[in-house]
Amino acid sequence: MVVLLILVSFITFVIFYLFPSADPAQLRAGRQPNPQLVEQIRHQLNLDKPFYAQYWLYMKQLVLHGDFGRSYQNNIQVRQQIFDRLPATISLTVGAAVVWLVVGITVGTISAVKSRSAIDRIAMGGALIGISAPVYWLGLVSLYLFSNDIGVIKIFPGSGSYVPLSQDPTKWFTSLILPWLVLAAAFAAFYARLLRSNLVEVMGEDYIRTARAKGLTERRVVLRHGIRSAITPIVTAAGLDIGILLGGAILTESVFNIPGIGRLAYESIQNSDLPMIQGTVLLGAFFIILANLVVDIGYAFIDPRVRYS
Amino acid sequence: MSEPLVEVRDLYKHFPITKGILFQHQVAAVHAVDGVSFDVMRGEALGIVGETGCGKSTTARLITRLLEPTSGSVTYEGRDVTKLSRREFKPLRGEIQMIFQDPYSSLNPRKTVGSIIAEPYKIHRLKQGKGERKRAVQELMEQVGLNPEHFNRYPHEFSGGQRQRIGVARALALQPKLIIADEPVSALDVSIQAQILNLLKDLQRDLGITLVLIAHDLSVVKHMCDRVAVMYLGKVVEIAEGDTLYNHPRHPYTGALLSAVPVPDPDLAAAKRRQVLGGDLPSPTNPPPACRFNPRCPKAQELCRTDEPLLEPKQGGGLAACHFPLTDGEVAERVATADTA
Amino acid sequence: MSPLLEVDDLHVQFETEDGIVKAVDGVSFSVDRGKVLGIVGESGSGKSVSMLTVMGLSRARNATITGAARFDGQDLLKASNDDLRGVRGNDVAMIFQDPLSSLHPFYKVGKQLVEGIQSHQYMSKAQARQRAIEYLGMVGIPDPARRFDSYPHEFSGGMRQRAMIAMALVNEPRLLIADEPTTALDVTVQAQILDLIARLQRELDMAVVMITHDLGVVAEVTDAIAVMYAGRVVEYASTLDIFRSPEHPYTWGLLQSIPRLDRPRDEPLIPIPGRPPSLITLPTGCSFHPRCPYVQERHKQVDPRLEPLPDDPSHRVACLLTSDTRKRLWQELSAGKAPEEAREEVVEGGFT
Repeated sequence: MVVLLILVSFITFVIFYLFPSADPAQLRAGRQPNPQLVEQIRHQLNLDKPFYAQYWLYMKQLVLHGDFGRSYQNNIQVRQQIFDRLPATISLTVGAAVVWLVVGITVGTISAVKSRSAIDRIAMGGALIGISAPVYWLGLVSLYLFSNDIGVIKIFPGSGSYVPLSQDPTKWFTSLILPWLVLAAAFAAFYARLLRSNLVEVMGEDYIRTARAKGLTERRVVLRHGIRSAITPIVTAAGLDIGILLGGAILTESVFNIPGIGRLAYESIQNSDLPMIQGTVLLGAFFIILANLVVDIGYAFIDPRVRYS
Repeated sequence: MSEPLVEVRDLYKHFPITKGILFQHQVAAVHAVDGVSFDVMRGEALGIVGETGCGKSTTARLITRLLEPTSGSVTYEGRDVTKLSRREFKPLRGEIQMIFQDPYSSLNPRKTVGSIIAEPYKIHRLKQGKGERKRAVQELMEQVGLNPEHFNRYPHEFSGGQRQRIGVARALALQPKLIIADEPVSALDVSIQAQILNLLKDLQRDLGITLVLIAHDLSVVKHMCDRVAVMYLGKVVEIAEGDTLYNHPRHPYTGALLSAVPVPDPDLAAAKRRQVLGGDLPSPTNPPPACRFNPRCPKAQELCRTDEPLLEPKQGGGLAACHFPLTDGEVAERVATADTA
Repeated sequence: MSPLLEVDDLHVQFETEDGIVKAVDGVSFSVDRGKVLGIVGESGSGKSVSMLTVMGLSRARNATITGAARFDGQDLLKASNDDLRGVRGNDVAMIFQDPLSSLHPFYKVGKQLVEGIQSHQYMSKAQARQRAIEYLGMVGIPDPARRFDSYPHEFSGGMRQRAMIAMALVNEPRLLIADEPTTALDVTVQAQILDLIARLQRELDMAVVMITHDLGVVAEVTDAIAVMYAGRVVEYASTLDIFRSPEHPYTWGLLQSIPRLDRPRDEPLIPIPGRPPSLITLPTGCSFHPRCPYVQERHKQVDPRLEPLPDDPSHRVACLLTSDTRKRLWQELSAGKAPEEAREEVVEGGFT
């Protein structure tokens, strides 16, 4: 895991170094910088040193002091800003995950059990639309339709209305409803289709026949025997998807103006803010690696055959 | 008396079992084949029987070099094939062919039948003349009882029995001297099995091919083979001429196997006092000490747990690896043979 | 005493993309209390589908089912889903061919047994557990209390099948349907399982339907046999009659084409020519006629019905040849003549 993180930070560094979009020193220097000021800033930020020296210094700070450096943009600690923004992303991700799992699994199950019926075809057709609609489009459309300020039907708070949980729970909740639904839409659709096809396959297995032969109710057969088997790929997929989203749901956060990691990453790229970029990238990588580990361990809990290889 | 075509000597194949997350280290091994020696005589049909885990399929794959042995030698026409490089072995591949068990998965579903049968020619760059290949393939198809017009059909258009015939045709393409058939009829319906068995028997006789038949069904092997080797947990426990093995088995395991086979004759079934073997097949990872059969053997004694018996001639029977072989009297009680029928 | 299970003119058809599959085409047989019936046939004969339909397990597959299957007087085919569920796993139990795929891989074996118990009986979890352990021991699984907590993949093949048998017996069914229970097992393990089934059958006075393709198995365990071909019963008699005096060319074909341990090595195998028919386009007249060495013109048009022999009403055959002719043919075949020769011989004597 550690090796991967070092590799990721190194690659990010290299990319930034090889393709700088703007000179950070110049950016920091303000509106009309004079060359000496720029040179001074450049020296301050260690930008005049060779690339590997910069990297070494960065890593030293990181590993020894947990210090991600300071943003080129506003000179605030990277670590600070990340921690400030993390709760928003976590709220968004976890909420959306709950929605998409509940909806996806329910719809998928019903579709599978009533396979080839009208309900099934409508559900899967709807799912296809859900998957195809780009998140930002869906976000903008939902704002246009439902947001308080500019929408046609004014139900939900509009973009930019997010407040932290600790500040105002009700407002926090209502401001996240649209983002949750929008973010969950594509995933719910995908998971519904995934569960449906898995469950249909599982229901044809021999042990389902045995369960029915034992005289169990169909409900029990589907839930305890069918879904129990079909859910495994869902769990692993969910783990990975959540891991990725925790690194920042850039599009959703942008559309709804939620101050999360995704927005932070986007802004830092725009501003060529290397320390910030490094920070968010490392965070994203960390979550993905963590998610992978959790999923692997979780798999052993779900499928007893995996425990002994 | 013919001379040996293949000599297997002290053949071992151990599959390592590894453990560890980042760095794998070997913790145990599956002793699939654990010291096997036998000859395959030119022109004969040799049967290798045994149950799951006995190593018969692994042995077959070692002879054809689909697997590399952990140690030991397989000598074909005087040359040790285990020591040859891949390039040196390639021409021999035409002489040693294999037929597999599952007619549904051993044929490439994306290729036409003609293409499947012609593949050996392609690989060895034979019969390159236009139409020469097609003619040869169609001849083979006729030989195995397939309609040559079906040259361009795909495997899924054929039944299980026909697919097995395709496998046989493919094996015959390079005019092999040795064919190893690994459970060629187990996956087929009963009424089709006889067709394929008869085909193999006829081909063997007409073309002078040496056949090694791997099977778990003793009745099939009895019908097809001149000599039979019985394997248990990676070792050969008995090897004898057909009649001798079936009428005068010496190893208690052979006796149990013969006793266990249900015979389609209710009167015989009632008369036979079947010997039911207790216990399960032990794991090939941790075989019992000395004689591997000792935990389940009705005749086992202390010696069996300390001294491994060697494969030696036994009175009234063939070669058996046993300290206390069966007597004809014991055999008569438990086994319905052609003698007692 | 009326039979425990009576199947009467059962027809099962499935709609598929390629056409209507007549999986079971008019099948009738019965099982007496405490007796063992063997159903012998190859793939496509309809032997499994018949019994799955009797259990109501074909309902999920959009099948068209006609006929009757009376279990202790109650027609299972007309029963409601709830009634059927009450019977399944309770009065009638079924075990299948591959115990590895037939047990749920994620649940412990003991739990799967308990589930079966609690679905049909009022028992506390602890009581159900005790009972499950008792049955695991009864089928010969050593250390049953510990193995209660094992997963299916932790058992060997033979033990798994024993566990499945335990699971089937746990509610003391009066009828056990065993669908190829030993086909996937090694021969020594097969012997153990057959012995077990025979012993339990006697001890529990249970009726058994043994579905298999193996004539050796039915010879050992059954009291009566129904031979099925292309969705129909072609011969139905006591086990002794089937082996001593079979009267259907398909039965003869089966008996003559299998390699046997109790026959000399050089005795030739006489295969049945051709292949089993497609169940979508069955042959006209007698469905066996394309493969029958004794076929006549009439057989290609007329459908034979399962009829009792004139001298033995308990022995039923579906064949258009007369019983006399068939007896003579079997005589010739038993003497070692090939089918063509036998036909010649009997033709000399004039036959229909």
